[in-house]
Amino acid sequence: MFEDVRDLYNATILERGRRPRHMRRLEAFDVTAKGDNPMCGDRVQVWVKFADDRSIAATGFDARGCEISKAAADLMVEAVAGKTAEDTKAMFAAFRTLAQTGACDDCAEALAPMQPLAAVHEYPSRVKCATLPWHALIAALDGQGASTSE
Amino acid sequence: MSQFDVTSIRAQFPILGQKVRGKDLVFLDSAASAQKPRAAIDAMVGAMETQYANIHRGLHWMSERTTEAYEAARDAAARLLNAGDRHEIVFVRNSTEGINLVAHSYGRSVLKPGQAVVISAMEHHSNIVPWQMLRDAHGTELRVAPITDAGELDMAAYEALFADGKVGLVAITHMSNVLGSYTPAERIVKIAHAHGAKVLLDGSQAVVHRKVDVRALDADFYVFTGHKLYGPTGIGVLYGKAALLEAMPPWMGGGDMISSVTYEKSTWARVPHKFEAGTPAILEGIGLEAAIRWVEAIGYDAIAAHEAELTEHALARMSAVDGLTIIGRAQDRGGVVSFTLDRAHAHDIATLLDRAGIAVRAGHHCAEPLMRRLGLESTARASFGIYTTAEEIDVLADTLTKVREFFK
Ligand SMILES: Cc1ncc(COP(=O)(O)O)c(C=O)c1O
Repeated sequence: MFEDVRDLYNATILERGRRPRHMRRLEAFDVTAKGDNPMCGDRVQVWVKFADDRSIAATGFDARGCEISKAAADLMVEAVAGKTAEDTKAMFAAFRTLAQTGACDDCAEALAPMQPLAAVHEYPSRVKCATLPWHALIAALDGQGASTSE
Repeated sequence: MSQFDVTSIRAQFPILGQKVRGKDLVFLDSAASAQKPRAAIDAMVGAMETQYANIHRGLHWMSERTTEAYEAARDAAARLLNAGDRHEIVFVRNSTEGINLVAHSYGRSVLKPGQAVVISAMEHHSNIVPWQMLRDAHGTELRVAPITDAGELDMAAYEALFADGKVGLVAITHMSNVLGSYTPAERIVKIAHAHGAKVLLDGSQAVVHRKVDVRALDADFYVFTGHKLYGPTGIGVLYGKAALLEAMPPWMGGGDMISSVTYEKSTWARVPHKFEAGTPAILEGIGLEAAIRWVEAIGYDAIAAHEAELTEHALARMSAVDGLTIIGRAQDRGGVVSFTLDRAHAHDIATLLDRAGIAVRAGHHCAEPLMRRLGLESTARASFGIYTTAEEIDVLADTLTKVREFFK
């Protein structure tokens, strides 16, 4: 049973959802923001520490929600490591397309860490679970305290 | 045994023959919105095909017939709730609008700043937010009657809220959409009246499962929403005692709600029309009338017996699933069962069940403060309707066992 959900609930997602590697609050951080999906109650907070050149040196998160949102946050931390704010925003735009359609142009390399979530487009009601941590991250980079995936 | 034949009931719901993802649909989300019987569908289609015009204003045959059909819904709703007078039935879009109407009109005219409105700790957002808005705009206080860990209204604490004599209105659910608990409506009203407060009951869930008698309850206001009662969306009912409605100002202006209009001054139509501005949901009213008649034909005794049996079966089968916790253990409860399953998140549970053709709701169920009270972020919820079968509950319980294994 449930063999047909393994496209989304694949080994990576289950592993990251269960034991996220980066789910921690950063003690020293430059910006932080919360993300909130009012429709389903998922919540996430993201902390970011910049390097001297303003690229992302470290990201941590805390998430209360489903496996998909936690796994998405965990994978996101790896995807944006060392990236500038501008790169990160471009990645988010590409990831959104990936999450909504299952594919995105020229996104293969930068978004490789996010590929395990590609099948979420088959689950329209879950797309916002996958994008919520990104909304929070972008809000943090933009200096806004809060965001929503609505 | 059920007092009716579920198979023949199901045959009256065209949608129940649908396959979802190649599997038989197991629809356990009726508390969010119920499916529609052929009778309600045909009434709406029939009106559009044979008998339709705007109402209350045309002087021609079609308008007169349509007005009759629409106004028959008012009679049906009055009968359903055992209202004393059909003019005590105000049509609104849904429960939410009914509550907002009372908050806006009664709240701002009769309630005085400094008076308090009492709600309970298990309200739907639609029975929280309008009272917050009233508080912020008008200076009323908002008090919350606590619930016990079993999910029942704490009656001693409820009564204590009246001690200072400030409570002007109580607005409480008649049945929780999360815990399935009924509230002791009669006692709630008695206590409130003894302290000079009026009572609005949110019957969105209760009216689907139980015979409601607003006069026996002595409720001052009662709201329900058509789409949960096997009727269409876009129509709901606010019952209000005539004297209260008479004294309340309209809350929206426009056509249909006036008696005369000049630029200097307009006068209002009689109750209930002064609360029904603009062209109403004509087709939906006609659909609701058919749905009510259909429910009445089956009868609340049979409906309640069927659901009591299903609920008992569900509580037994679901409690036996390893790792499953039923949220809410009220003595007096109906066919709405919230649960958590070990460490599996409600959304993940719902997605997996969906792949098995089973529709449940997952999340905070528009009751965030209740979730907080329960110490939860979310629950999954199975809810039953007139067409739900014990076999469907078996499928749910068996599938939940596998969901748990999946996330182990
Ligand atoms: C207890 C309760 N109150 C109010 C509502 C609101 O109903 P509606 O959205 O139709 O206004 C619901 C249903 O969602 C409910 O279950």
